[in-house]
Amino acid sequence: MAIDYTEKIPNNVDLAGNRTLQRALEHWQPEFLNWWADMGPEGTGQADVYLRTAVSVEPKGWAHFDYVNMRDYRWGIFLTPAEAGRQVNFGAHKGEPAWQEVPGEYRSNLRRLIVTQGDTEPASVEQQRHLGLTCPSLYDLRNLFQVNVEEGRHLWAMVYLLHAYFGRDGREEAEALLERRSGDADNPRILGAFNEKTPDWLSFFMFTFFTDRDGKYQLCSLAESGFDPLARTCRFMLTEEAHHMFVGESGIARVVQRSCEAMLQHRTDDPARIRALGVIDLPTVQRYLNFHFSVTMDLFGADVSSNAATFYSTGLKGRYDETKLADDHLLVGATYPVLEVRDGKLASVEAPALNALNEKLRDDYIRDAAAGVERWNKVIDKAGVPFRLKVPHKAFNRKIGPLAAARIDPDGNVVSAAEWAASVDRWLPSAEDRAFVASLMGRVAEPGRFANWIAPPARGINNQPVDFEYVRFN
Amino acid sequence: MTATAPTIEVLRQHLIDPEICIRCNTCEETCPVDAVTHDSRNYVVDAAKCNFCNDCISPCPTGAIDNWRQVDRAAPYTLAEQLSWDSLPVQQALAAGTSAEMPTDVARITAVATAGQGGDVIPPWSAAQPCVNLYTVDRPAIATVSGNRRLTADGATSDIRHLVLDFGGAAFPVLEGQTIGILPPGVDAGGKPHRLRLYSVASPRDGERPRYNNLSLTVKRVTADHDGAPVAGVASNYLCDLNKGDEVRVVGPYGTTFLMPNHPGSSLLMVCTGTGSAPMRAMTERRRRRVALREGGTLMLFFGARSPGELPYFGPLQKLPGEFIDVNFAFSRVPGERRQYVQDRIRARGDDVARLLGDDNCYIYICGLKGMEKGVDEAFRDACRNHGKDWDALLPALRAQGRYHVETY
Repeated sequence: MAIDYTEKIPNNVDLAGNRTLQRALEHWQPEFLNWWADMGPEGTGQADVYLRTAVSVEPKGWAHFDYVNMRDYRWGIFLTPAEAGRQVNFGAHKGEPAWQEVPGEYRSNLRRLIVTQGDTEPASVEQQRHLGLTCPSLYDLRNLFQVNVEEGRHLWAMVYLLHAYFGRDGREEAEALLERRSGDADNPRILGAFNEKTPDWLSFFMFTFFTDRDGKYQLCSLAESGFDPLARTCRFMLTEEAHHMFVGESGIARVVQRSCEAMLQHRTDDPARIRALGVIDLPTVQRYLNFHFSVTMDLFGADVSSNAATFYSTGLKGRYDETKLADDHLLVGATYPVLEVRDGKLASVEAPALNALNEKLRDDYIRDAAAGVERWNKVIDKAGVPFRLKVPHKAFNRKIGPLAAARIDPDGNVVSAAEWAASVDRWLPSAEDRAFVASLMGRVAEPGRFANWIAPPARGINNQPVDFEYVRFN
Repeated sequence: MTATAPTIEVLRQHLIDPEICIRCNTCEETCPVDAVTHDSRNYVVDAAKCNFCNDCISPCPTGAIDNWRQVDRAAPYTLAEQLSWDSLPVQQALAAGTSAEMPTDVARITAVATAGQGGDVIPPWSAAQPCVNLYTVDRPAIATVSGNRRLTADGATSDIRHLVLDFGGAAFPVLEGQTIGILPPGVDAGGKPHRLRLYSVASPRDGERPRYNNLSLTVKRVTADHDGAPVAGVASNYLCDLNKGDEVRVVGPYGTTFLMPNHPGSSLLMVCTGTGSAPMRAMTERRRRRVALREGGTLMLFFGARSPGELPYFGPLQKLPGEFIDVNFAFSRVPGERRQYVQDRIRARGDDVARLLGDDNCYIYICGLKGMEKGVDEAFRDACRNHGKDWDALLPALRAQGRYHVETY
């Protein structure tokens, strides 16, 4: 179904056929635009940006590239087409037809899942709003804006569900999504990682690689939901989320490549000398990696969680690739290993698989993230530099769950408070590290030019050349 | 290609570039015929299922999806091959019975090894026609070890061996400069059979011992990886530990360009380090066996190693008469002596080097560690500059004439 961009709110959900809903969303729209003006990317006023916009949700239509004036961007509501005869595929309702309306008994849990997911979308836009001022190239600036408008669209996707299926409660939640602010002491975003700052582009790339990947795994789990509109919404969001991870993975790869080039050219692995060359030393990259990985670990929630069990048993939130897993999809009597500190060491204990679903999703995520880190190592290997990046232990630097009480080093050893304090600057970015990275951040905004600390990409967007004018400042 | 060569039906095979792909799963999700699948390493396209609908192309956030190779329709890249890739294979020439069927590992290794010559080159015009890919991973030749001796001195840090393989009744024709693949027995940590490893043949075309159906290899025992971390090289340790009478699975031969000229009066300028000497030994030995024919041409060799004791074939090389070959050693770790690298020796002999580079009948071969490429290139440039020649202009001409060949690792 093609999307009509002449409509006030482009959509493929036949909004015009439901006047009540249409009016409610048209009422929310100016509030969203105000929020975007206040909290959206800074300094985009008159810019035309070469963006990807969905013109239909069919494979051929949703990646349409053209210049869009940021003020005229049209956020819309797109769901993957319905799958005939889709069923609830797990939990107590397994085998029943997928729900097209919210089952009354699961209303509040479903709303909570949607609000929690929806809250992350505007949060990351808020976190990233200053980055445009320090972009390392037009190519990167364009990617930032693409990420931002898609986060905005993902907010729309969740708000549509709240408005369409949750009545007055839903409308109130939709408004609250525009009222919370990332990092605000009084009214913060719901999840911790989304209240951290994204102060520089190294953080941005790490965020899009690690934290948006959490988004992928959460969306994948929600795309299995028995509540069909949520499943279809998340399915379409996933196609957009992929671009965010691409920005992160290729961004760090380019940082690492540039650092290796400078190291080889000047025959040094001394971080002080490398920094003097105006590029980011690999140990600092590792510390940023440790930080963003560990913060993202917490996003999966407590290791043993009765909420997770409830969401699963009631068919609201599945596992990653649920329908591809070969088991009973009920998890009766199954167990799954989780970590706890025992006798001063991390020990693996078996927990009921239903309660350990957060941990399972975390482990699925770690495999994926670690594979991505290996791609960065290939860049380092190719340059012939003897250094390896690696993901820290999943128990490192946790703030949520039973492991938050312990101090665990990146290798998974339990350490004392004194040991932690003595080594934390080797494990996590110090104020000095952050100040150094911040010192590199200067704006480069000429086509084909790149900041000294990052290599150009291997190829441009949509097969355009790397020196294409991805952003036009009018 | 001969007139009787079978025609190949060409398939434009859809492939995903593993270097760019971020494994986001969008393509697999999008594909209406389930042609895209993945493992923990790569996303791959099943040539038997892909119907070229291109639905997956625009949703891909990276462009990794938009890659194509022309292949023999009867033998497209299999899923197993694609799953093992670190990068896409280079487009292979589609000549029947030649490199079209070359295993992807060979293509991958060759692409890396020859990167220094700046793209595809042609063989010398007078090179003999090579046979390639006579034996495949599924159908390897079985060779018997007929000799295995250490070449490096007892006190040397490296263990380099001269290995002789006998093919018995099986035809295994090779030319100097070609490589063969060794299939180490067993499986890797992932449970997959060990990948094949390529070794340059160190003996001339008529065998390590003339009229015997054998060939020799120069194998260095790998005890550390590129980072210097201790690791036992699978294939090299396997080969170095072989005893006389052991059987080895061999595939190949491979290589259609790093070949020697055969016309009278042709000269060879050879630069090598360590086991990169294998093809140089083969070519030198070919010429030595034909000295009596007085075909002319000169041989000039630059050979680098840490010390004389580390240099394979040091003794035999020293015994070759100066009028047959002009040998220049460079030792980088001789106590009490200034470190010398091959590029230093090339500069010292700049007059003769410049003359040979400018001689249309001289063919240049570089083989050894990747690290030597840059230094050699700069030394050639210096030699040219000092003699009023422009290396940057000369190099493309050398390549176009099939006179410049690089294999580094």
